Amino acid sequence: MDVGLLLVSAAVLGGLAGILALVLIVADKYIADYGICKVDINRDPAVSFECRGGGNLLMALAERKIFIPSACGGQGTCGYCKVEVRAGAGSVLPTERMHLTRTDIRRNVRLSCQIKIKNDLALRIPAELLAVQEFACEVEKLEALSHDTKLVRLKLLDPAAIAFKPGQYCQLNVPRGYLLRLVPPIFEPIFRAYSIASMPKDEGIVELIIRLVPNGICTTWVHTLLAEGDRVTITGPYGEFYLREDSERPIICVGGGSGVAPVRSIVEHLFDKGTQRRVDCFIGQRALRDLYWHRENVARAAHHKNFRYIPSLSGLEPGDAWEGETDFIHLVVDRSIDDASDKECYLCGPPIMIDAVIAVLKDKGLPEERVYFDKF
Amino acid sequence: MPDVSPFVILFAAVFTNNILLVYFLGMCSFIAVSNTVPTALGLGAAVTFVSVLTAAAGWPVYHLVLVPLGLEYLQFIVFIVLIAALVQFVEMVIERTSQTLYVNLGIFLPLITVNCAILGLCLFMVSWSYGFLQSLAWGAGSGIGWFVAVVALAGLRQKIRFSKVPPALEGAGITIVVAGTMAMAFMGFAGMVAIR
Repeated sequence: MDVGLLLVSAAVLGGLAGILALVLIVADKYIADYGICKVDINRDPAVSFECRGGGNLLMALAERKIFIPSACGGQGTCGYCKVEVRAGAGSVLPTERMHLTRTDIRRNVRLSCQIKIKNDLALRIPAELLAVQEFACEVEKLEALSHDTKLVRLKLLDPAAIAFKPGQYCQLNVPRGYLLRLVPPIFEPIFRAYSIASMPKDEGIVELIIRLVPNGICTTWVHTLLAEGDRVTITGPYGEFYLREDSERPIICVGGGSGVAPVRSIVEHLFDKGTQRRVDCFIGQRALRDLYWHRENVARAAHHKNFRYIPSLSGLEPGDAWEGETDFIHLVVDRSIDDASDKECYLCGPPIMIDAVIAVLKDKGLPEERVYFDKF
Repeated sequence: MPDVSPFVILFAAVFTNNILLVYFLGMCSFIAVSNTVPTALGLGAAVTFVSVLTAAAGWPVYHLVLVPLGLEYLQFIVFIVLIAALVQFVEMVIERTSQTLYVNLGIFLPLITVNCAILGLCLFMVSWSYGFLQSLAWGAGSGIGWFVAVVALAGLRQKIRFSKVPPALEGAGITIVVAGTMAMAFMGFAGMVAIR
């Protein structure tokens, strides 16, 4: 085959593709031009804004520092970014339907990542979410808690303090430079949710407990590249899972895997305040090498009569010197709690563990409205 | 260029040479989007629109660019690029003009990009060396033919939902049986008109 023909083919194909791309770009500029759209929030001029139409609502809000929780980064898979849209969003899209309940649809709740701003919108966003801020932080300390889990302590620089309730979470932004260097590169922003493991008292720092997930984008970055002194940004605080401090009921806390983080925040906060409430703390891990935040709890149990600490290792490895419980944590809870009817319960861990523990506690008389949980 | 009137081609493409039921092209979206008549109507309309456009754009590109340069072998890749761009364009226009249509078609439009019926009709039209008007008629007819077939199947599937289907055939099974029966019915038209 001669070179001339090859060149002509390449030129024709390239030329055609180029022309088509040009047509699409021009069309995008003129047809998909929605002009300036007004986004009204809570009828409050201080937070309402105007923006160029065509983009998606979640990103437009994020640009204006209104952080709606989202775990998937706007792909419509996590279903967290629900927002009440009072007017202007049109009918529910097929991509939203699987994440919305019938009550949601009746209340005009929509997935903000699926809504394209094409005209003026009127939203209602709860005040807690408007209070969510973005924090510039410096990594103050990285500590290996176990063979695959790290404690990341962030020092808040701007703003320098955070007000949160123990149990709530924040989102860690993965830096753009890292995402672009991946193969294949990722162009959209990625953020991941982690429970805050430190106490609200230490308002200048945020501690996260991050376990390495094989092939996880964010966790791989944290475990391989993140170093002390690095700058990162987080947003928060988010979440309905937090300690109810107005109650005097005895507490059951159950943490499995890296679900220990919010439990740590809750328990440390309670005893820092010198609580008189009875606290039963159950921690489920696989093997001895996975167990952390253990000695602190053993010491706490020795000092405080109202604290009971029951760890369980369900997948002991040969050579593990362990005398304690070895069952799945819901079985341990089942054996250790006789009557749960007067208690209040905080659960964090994998969904299967949470479902199993809820079933056990319901059997023991715990009413559903006093179960608080965070599945991940 | 075969000596056939564009009107005959249009008619033939809908009935005797139905792209779906005779050539079995575009089966995936045919099965996937024939749950209810309204969505089938929407997707059928979109396919018709895109097929007319592709025929109208594909003919000049093939005969005025590829043939003079002796690059007929590029037809596959050129048609694929062309269809992809057109679908993008149609999606943009629909999103801008009709919210209802967009809600019903939004996630299905990208399906048209990989709809082999559209690529197939382009390849047929060039391999049968149709003229421009004949190509347009063939494109429109194929689109309408696909439309008719998918709406007919959707209507049948809506009825089937209230019928007693043997358990082993529920879902995909009965759908394929019905589609096959429809294809056999359309075979009755075979050979009525020659279009090449």
